[in-house]
Amino acid sequence: MPTSTPRGPVPGPPSRPPAPPRAEAHPDAQPCTGAQSLVRSLESIGAEVVFGIPGGAILPAYDPLLDSVRVRHVLVRHEQGAGHAAEGYAQATGKVGVCMATSGPGATNLVTPIADAYMDSVPIVAITGQVPSGSIGTDAFQEADICGITIPITKHNFLVQHADDIPQVIAEAFHIASTGRPGPVLVDLPKDVLQARTTFSWPPQIELPGYRPVLRPHGKQVREAARLIAEARRPVFYIGGGLLKAHAAKELLTLAELTGIPVVTTLMARGAFPDSHAQHLGMPGMHGTVAAVTSLQKADLLITLGARFDDRVTGKLATFAPGAAVIHADIDPAEISKNRTADVPIVGDCREVIEQLIEAVTAEYAAGRRADLTGWWRQLDGWRQTYPLGYEWPADGSLAPQYVIERLGAIAGPEAVYVAGVGQHQMWAAQFVKYEHPYTWLNSGGLGTMGYAVPAAMGAKMGRPDATVWAIDGDGCFQMTNQELATCALEAVPIKVAVINNGNLGMVRQWQTLFYDERYSNTDLGTHKHRVPDFVKLAEAFGCVGLRCESKEEVDIAIGKAMEINDVPVVVDFVVGKDAMVWPMVPAGTSNDEILAARNVRPAFDEDL
Amino acid sequence: MTRHTLSVLVENKPGVLARVSGLFSRRGFNIDSLAVGPTEHREISRMTIVVSVEDLPLEQVTKQLNKLVNVIKIVELDQAQSVQRELLLVKVRADMAQRGHVRELVEMFRARVVDVNAESLTVEATGTSDKLDALLKVLEPFGIKEMVQSGMVAVGRGPRSITSSSALRPVDRHTA
Repeated sequence: MPTSTPRGPVPGPPSRPPAPPRAEAHPDAQPCTGAQSLVRSLESIGAEVVFGIPGGAILPAYDPLLDSVRVRHVLVRHEQGAGHAAEGYAQATGKVGVCMATSGPGATNLVTPIADAYMDSVPIVAITGQVPSGSIGTDAFQEADICGITIPITKHNFLVQHADDIPQVIAEAFHIASTGRPGPVLVDLPKDVLQARTTFSWPPQIELPGYRPVLRPHGKQVREAARLIAEARRPVFYIGGGLLKAHAAKELLTLAELTGIPVVTTLMARGAFPDSHAQHLGMPGMHGTVAAVTSLQKADLLITLGARFDDRVTGKLATFAPGAAVIHADIDPAEISKNRTADVPIVGDCREVIEQLIEAVTAEYAAGRRADLTGWWRQLDGWRQTYPLGYEWPADGSLAPQYVIERLGAIAGPEAVYVAGVGQHQMWAAQFVKYEHPYTWLNSGGLGTMGYAVPAAMGAKMGRPDATVWAIDGDGCFQMTNQELATCALEAVPIKVAVINNGNLGMVRQWQTLFYDERYSNTDLGTHKHRVPDFVKLAEAFGCVGLRCESKEEVDIAIGKAMEINDVPVVVDFVVGKDAMVWPMVPAGTSNDEILAARNVRPAFDEDL
Repeated sequence: MTRHTLSVLVENKPGVLARVSGLFSRRGFNIDSLAVGPTEHREISRMTIVVSVEDLPLEQVTKQLNKLVNVIKIVELDQAQSVQRELLLVKVRADMAQRGHVRELVEMFRARVVDVNAESLTVEATGTSDKLDALLKVLEPFGIKEMVQSGMVAVGRGPRSITSSSALRPVDRHTA
């Protein structure tokens, strides 16, 4: 019986009938063990890389994995690293990332990356060993009810009860993870199931009667949206990460240029629309540009594509975009009208929605319906000229972290992949690196997982070995998962890490500065004061090159040096000022109208619309 | 807060109840009543969930329920448009002197005596919660030794069926 069996009434009979002999019926079915069936399923579905750590319950699976030439297993140093690496691989390539762990603590260490993938809709499959079926529910050694634990943070999970089911479960897991709104799927495999005799045949039948994502948008809704788009005088494209999941960046460019409507890209959508494009107003939200935030506040129409009205974007929901009608297109019906009621709800795949919108809007224009946006653009241009993104150099003469990130973006260029942790450095990386291409910006947006950057960069680099991959990390984040540098060094994954070392948990410190009377409770990490750890020595200890940069003059030199090293991972310790803050800022829980361009600087909006 | 009755068709697989109930509990919604049982399709079970919650949060829970891979279909049953029943078994204190009175009341409610001994009677009754509440109220003075009540089950009135094979085809997830 599964560990997730509910107490109380159980749907239907308590035990399911024996699985039909699917595999045997297949003429090409080959005898093997459950573990072999698992590895062959992974091979057949096209998994190239599996990040994981073996242990007691998953051991049977590791034996045939040794012989596989098509699946490369990467031995990580912590299961959290395996999960984030799978995420980084998935986000950089669009393919499903795979991670593997043993039962109990191995599986629970995957919980954070699984929750992260759930929040950011990243397609990963997590494969966990489980104690033998007969021991489930007995508090056996290294037993944890990982299916029960991950119910709320997976798109779906499976406890495999029969070895014959393995190919079908793996096929279903990959299908669920990668289709519709992508997300994590966990497959829990008891040890005896891995050891059992079975047969393998491919492809298996997928039976998911309750899983039918709607891809094709409703034509009537699209036409209604087109009508609003043609009529609106102050429209904005509000673009979220779903657009990237739908591979619709090209279509968005066409639609945006067809309409001449401004575009904002959320934290999860950076790169979905070129930063250099004249219609791009930047990122909205708590640390968005004044122009992007204000455009939403003053808009009369939001054309929302694959975004979810997250609280970090809307600020105080009741006062968000008060004058705007809302078109909301998303593949997940549960997102529509969840936070903000949609006037025109569209359920469907973003790319199909945009393709149909292009047609429908063209028809509106052909019929002579098209509002003049000149006045709107005059206002928008005014805001972005008056309140451009910027920063001041610290008064104490220390290095400005924003400058480091700005130079990094300029030198590594728009072809590189940038992977951030969570905090100030993440916001600066979203603001000051200029993104021109989709899938070049990876971060932990929804869950805000410190420690994401290094392992995710490793996964991204494995998925895109020809790309330069820069992890931009904070000294706090970096200390959570930097052990994966050992993995990178030994597996020849030459990522580059820029540690934006301000000696503190910078974002928390910023809030303490602004909202807690500068009482700095437990935010000083000592990485400045005591140089513990010494990141250069730490990098060297892990078989990487370690560099340090402490002044403006050294920044380009350090980045240049790091760019030249392509055979081993490089860590650059950028020692930056601790007092730098992320601006603009909408203080948490307040209205976007209260945006501060810099400390105590509230933009004066010339006219209220 | 309004009371809602949801009929949820689910795949007959382990763990489904935990997935469903978790969506209510994480939001702090208390499920008033829950009944699960088989349907005319061997591979499909039916849950009847009664929950008191405002319309807007209920819509979100329903959408989230629909996202569960094991959930096939959800229908909200309107009280007026459906037959709703609960089952009650109640053990009433009733010696020789009281037995006649209890039996009279049981008959008035069209309930049945299903077990009898020198000290008590066990009564079986089905009906809406209102009817069962009324029955309990009149039995209370005799002394209720023990009682157990099922979750509500409900089915829509009229010839239409939510489990007909065509209804089990693609679930309409358009909000449009």
